[in-house]
Amino acid sequence: MKFGVLVFPGSNCDRDAAYVTRDLLGQPTRMVWHQETDISDIDVIIVPGGFSYGDYLRCGAIARFSPVMQEVINHSQKGKFVIGICNGFQVLTEAGLLPGALTRNENLHFICDRTPLKVERNNLPWTHGYTEGEVITLPIAHGEGRFYADKETLAAIEDNGQIVFRYHGDNPNGSLNNIAGICNLQGNVLGMMPHPERAADSRLGNTDGLRLFTGLLEKVAALV
Amino acid sequence: MQRKYLAKIFVTLRPSVLDPAGVAVQTSLRQMGHETVEQVRIGKYIELTTIAPDEAKARQDLNDMCEQMLANTVIENYRFDLIEVESQTGVF
Repeated sequence: MKFGVLVFPGSNCDRDAAYVTRDLLGQPTRMVWHQETDISDIDVIIVPGGFSYGDYLRCGAIARFSPVMQEVINHSQKGKFVIGICNGFQVLTEAGLLPGALTRNENLHFICDRTPLKVERNNLPWTHGYTEGEVITLPIAHGEGRFYADKETLAAIEDNGQIVFRYHGDNPNGSLNNIAGICNLQGNVLGMMPHPERAADSRLGNTDGLRLFTGLLEKVAALV
Repeated sequence: MQRKYLAKIFVTLRPSVLDPAGVAVQTSLRQMGHETVEQVRIGKYIELTTIAPDEAKARQDLNDMCEQMLANTVIENYRFDLIEVESQTGVF
């Protein structure tokens, strides 16, 4: 399975993501510059964390108009996999691939911490390495991670089972309904504020995030 | 004939969206003794110039820019003032 990691000016978690897919999982991985327009060789697109275009205007607002993003939209419409982590989540909401928006943390703090998360569903390729209701711990590092959607959208997200991860216990940023990660209706596009790629190497003392990637590999291998 | 317009664009959080920065400023203003302050909302102010044959087209262009990029209408409202300016070089 081939991974592609988008690189915008200001991305800073791109190499961490590639380290997981290329070095820990041994999968072919290509760094995809934001001006590229052919990603047809790639199975899974990772939109990494960072501060694309310095987060000028709004988080993810300018990155959304990079040439590669139209290809990411086409890629997702074919049912292929896209994951947006942190700033990548913001880019995916700006691009309309996921509903809602990420706004300034309620307490105005940039939060860099580890936080418990509840896995709401494990019937997605992304999460079948977890058990439903399992509480895992992943790092978070963001200033604008408070998920917001209007009442109707929020109700639809809940009713459709699009919530994949919720903050468990304390809500670090004031996210509505404790939302930490959501998917699209089809389940092939996932966005999350926590960083699974930063909890993938046992030498860092936490591998809760690795199972997201290994689970995806197993699921997709089983489908082929 | 093409005309030059100066747009002053105001982007504000929709009333339903919590504005924690506004709350922080409000609290501080009240602590300074400005107890008359009821609510503070912080937004963005963007200036740009654009070329169009007439004001209607300029307004249409501005609406497109705001809808597509300058505002995220999930969380933000926008409005703008449009002024025809001299087609001379120089800043506004």
